[in-house]
Amino acid sequence: MLDPTPNGLHSGESPLLRTIGLTKRYGDFLANDSIDIDIWPKEIHALLGENGAGKSTLVKAIYGLIQPSAGEIRWQGQPIVLSGPSQARSRGIGMVFQHFSLFDNLTVAENVALGLDGRESFKDMSARLEQVSKTYGLPLDPRREVWQLSVGERQRIEIVRALMQDPKFLILDEPTAVLTPQEADQLFIVLERLKSEGRAILYISHKLDEVKRLCDTATILRGGKKIQTCNPRLETAASLARMMVGSEIRQVKAAAGRRTTVPRLVVNDLSLAPGEAHGVRLEHISFELKGGEILGIAGVAGNGQDELFAALSGERLAKDPGTVVIEGIAAGHLSITQRRKLGAAFVPEERLGHGTAPRMKLSENALLTGHAASGMVNHGFIDTAATLKTVDRATETFDVRKAKRDPEAASLSGGNLQKFIVGREILRNPAVLVVSQPTWGVDAGAAAVIRQALLDLATAGAAVLVTSQDLDELAEIADRIAVMFHGRLSAPLAASDATREKLGLLMGGSSLEPKEAAHAVGA
Amino acid sequence: MQLVLEKRAERSNTIALVSPLIAIGLTIVTMVILFAILGKNPLLALHAYFIAPLTDGYSLQEIAVKATPLVMIAIGLSLCYLANAWNIGAEGQFLIGAVAGSWIAVKTQGTDAGAWVLPAMFVLAAAGGALYALIPAICKVKFGASEILTSLMLVYVADLFLDYLVRGPWRDPHGFNFPTTAEFDPVATVPLLIEGGRLHLGSIIALVVVAAAAILLGRTIKGFEIRVVGAAPRAARFGGFNADQLIILTFAVSGALAGLAGIIEVAGPVGHLQPGISPGYGFTAIIVAFLGRLNPLGILIAGLFLALTFIGGEQAQIAMKIPLDVTKVFQGILLFYVLACDSLILYRFKLVFPNRQVARGTG
Ligand SMILES: Nc1ncnc2c1ncn2[C@@H]1O[C@H](COP(=O)(O)OP(=O)(O)OP(=O)(O)O)[C@@H](O)[C@H]1O
Ligand SMILES: [Mg+2]
Repeated sequence: MLDPTPNGLHSGESPLLRTIGLTKRYGDFLANDSIDIDIWPKEIHALLGENGAGKSTLVKAIYGLIQPSAGEIRWQGQPIVLSGPSQARSRGIGMVFQHFSLFDNLTVAENVALGLDGRESFKDMSARLEQVSKTYGLPLDPRREVWQLSVGERQRIEIVRALMQDPKFLILDEPTAVLTPQEADQLFIVLERLKSEGRAILYISHKLDEVKRLCDTATILRGGKKIQTCNPRLETAASLARMMVGSEIRQVKAAAGRRTTVPRLVVNDLSLAPGEAHGVRLEHISFELKGGEILGIAGVAGNGQDELFAALSGERLAKDPGTVVIEGIAAGHLSITQRRKLGAAFVPEERLGHGTAPRMKLSENALLTGHAASGMVNHGFIDTAATLKTVDRATETFDVRKAKRDPEAASLSGGNLQKFIVGREILRNPAVLVVSQPTWGVDAGAAAVIRQALLDLATAGAAVLVTSQDLDELAEIADRIAVMFHGRLSAPLAASDATREKLGLLMGGSSLEPKEAAHAVGA
Repeated sequence: MQLVLEKRAERSNTIALVSPLIAIGLTIVTMVILFAILGKNPLLALHAYFIAPLTDGYSLQEIAVKATPLVMIAIGLSLCYLANAWNIGAEGQFLIGAVAGSWIAVKTQGTDAGAWVLPAMFVLAAAGGALYALIPAICKVKFGASEILTSLMLVYVADLFLDYLVRGPWRDPHGFNFPTTAEFDPVATVPLLIEGGRLHLGSIIALVVVAAAAILLGRTIKGFEIRVVGAAPRAARFGGFNADQLIILTFAVSGALAGLAGIIEVAGPVGHLQPGISPGYGFTAIIVAFLGRLNPLGILIAGLFLALTFIGGEQAQIAMKIPLDVTKVFQGILLFYVLACDSLILYRFKLVFPNRQVARGTG
């Protein structure tokens, strides 16, 4: 057997945590197939793999959230069984989830208190919270309510909460998927510091450049099996990707001679009061999107992107029909079903619960958006064969990996569900596609497939509106990029002209409100 | 050793079927204890409840007759509950349906009216039940009033209204002052299936309702809409389904079915309108709906089972002097266990053996 530790650094000592033959079975499906992994102190260990490779499953087992079907976990050399996360925490294992578990209406301190097992008083806890956040340069005001905070700040709460338990070993599942590049840089500084304090870190990410920069060791999973443990600094992003996928990753190519045609999605001076208590007011949004064109919307999450999506999709209606025009027809007052019938398709940011009904089968989730205009319903009766066909086609075109033909949506890994949702809409050949975070949490290979599909859709004449926090993604596919800030949309810049600096300024609100920007820098 | 609840990734079909059986088993164990406390021989009591009614033809027919309203109401309720609309007032809709249908029977009494009477009574009963159910539904949609409370409170209004009618305007002049209408004319009576028996046309209607609901939920887009609005409201809105409209629709349908069940009961086994036409069908149907997994076929089976407890309760009273209220206790305990066992569907019990040594080492 190969020595799993690279460069033989650890000879003699025993690892902090070791899994031996760890296996997790779902029915006949092996989500984790006999995985051996060693976690050493003072090391940042990357866990890489395609969507559905079994990364989340592995860390959930290590954190006691699910019980392995076979195999062993050893902590400081001793075999352990974790019946729940609190047992993991009491041993010194902390975890930061990709999806935050925070209550919007509670303050930072209250949220932290709810997640701690300890018995210290609220006052002591608040004081410790402030001290920990100061020590690690993760500024947080314990008295602020969570809804006022940006995604990056919310993640800080989760990290500080984990750090307050003084963990020897910290797991982060795709922490940077939702962060701006600046926020990600700040996070890396913190992780470096934790490492220098002698803690171990297990880091899941699809961003290979990040991994090369930050991590000392990388373990690669493919199809539930461990492929290799290596030193990512000695690899290239391409060679890492090859190990993950088993083959080369396609390059995204825009077809030459893409031509813009008639305006297919026009928004005229759209203003909309927030629908929820903590929502953002949309202010005077206008843009025009022609067939054959991809417009990117950048911006820090929570600046009105969700509200804009709801107004475009028809989940929220505008008073004036003329504010949203789809295919030349005033649609501001039309329902989402009527807009779909006009040829529009929508992909929301949240996959579970919004884009899909988690506990329903994929075929039923195909019906969810396909019933209006995809020939899945005859005289009120469901054509089950047609819904299954959509599932099969999406599976094939976008390589959706799943345990069986028609599983429940919730059992797919995050990235695979995203591929299914995007596929479901693209296969309808929409005239207008409005998509939020199309490759959020999707692995590099699948992201390329999705981006290529968006480009192809535009080439075929559709108008595509992409909201994304990933500036590289927008640069890769968008023709023009506009920025959302405080419910307003900047004038679009040509993609060639949209440098990171310019976009960064707009995302900070600079050209709109110089004072706000100054404030943001000072904070 | 420790017991933990682990969330299941997929709903287990086996457990979905086994869970109500476990609930019934636990209920019976509890009842055995209860019978023992009452000083009755538990085995004889169980025999009277569950076996004796199955051994003679008359009781079997009676079970089907009792199951008819339970199943019809429970089917309507299951549509509401699947769509996250909590209609608790089926009892009131049942009574209003009975009243609305009886109106024609009372007005045509002795006029030799034609065969149109019974169908007209059905239509009016369904309409009456639906309109009565729309009150809580509209209050919910327009004002956000809890449909649980309003629908429940309207039960008592319906009860008193029926009481007023049969004691006042509709009272049979030759009825020795009993609070009842005159016996309905033959054209206003639900025909029997077997001459001289108990089984009547209503049971066939109930079977048709079960089949229609199975097709609605399993095959149609409306049924899908009902399921998705209840299971994932935000995704349903994204799918273009309107939850408010669905509350109105499911309440109306379930009210109509309860009303129809009401008139079938009055124009069938009872034969006239009087107070106490329902031994709590509208409430027992809630248990039937959940015990039947909100599934049409399951509801049919659960309806027959609960009808058995009604008949068994009567027999146990006659044979062993066990109070009739024990039947209600039984039904209440059953509902409790059904809901408790449902946790098994979403969660899985798991025994975990933590390593004590290590646990102490790091405490
Ligand atoms: N509860 C479950 N029931 C059935 N299959 C499951 C369940 N949970 C996960 N799986 C399957 O196990 C595989 C691994 O899932 P996992 O969530 O670990 O992937 P991942 O590597 O984290 O992927 P991603 O990058 O998309 O988040 C997937 O194919 C998924 O369909
Ligand atoms: Mg994952």
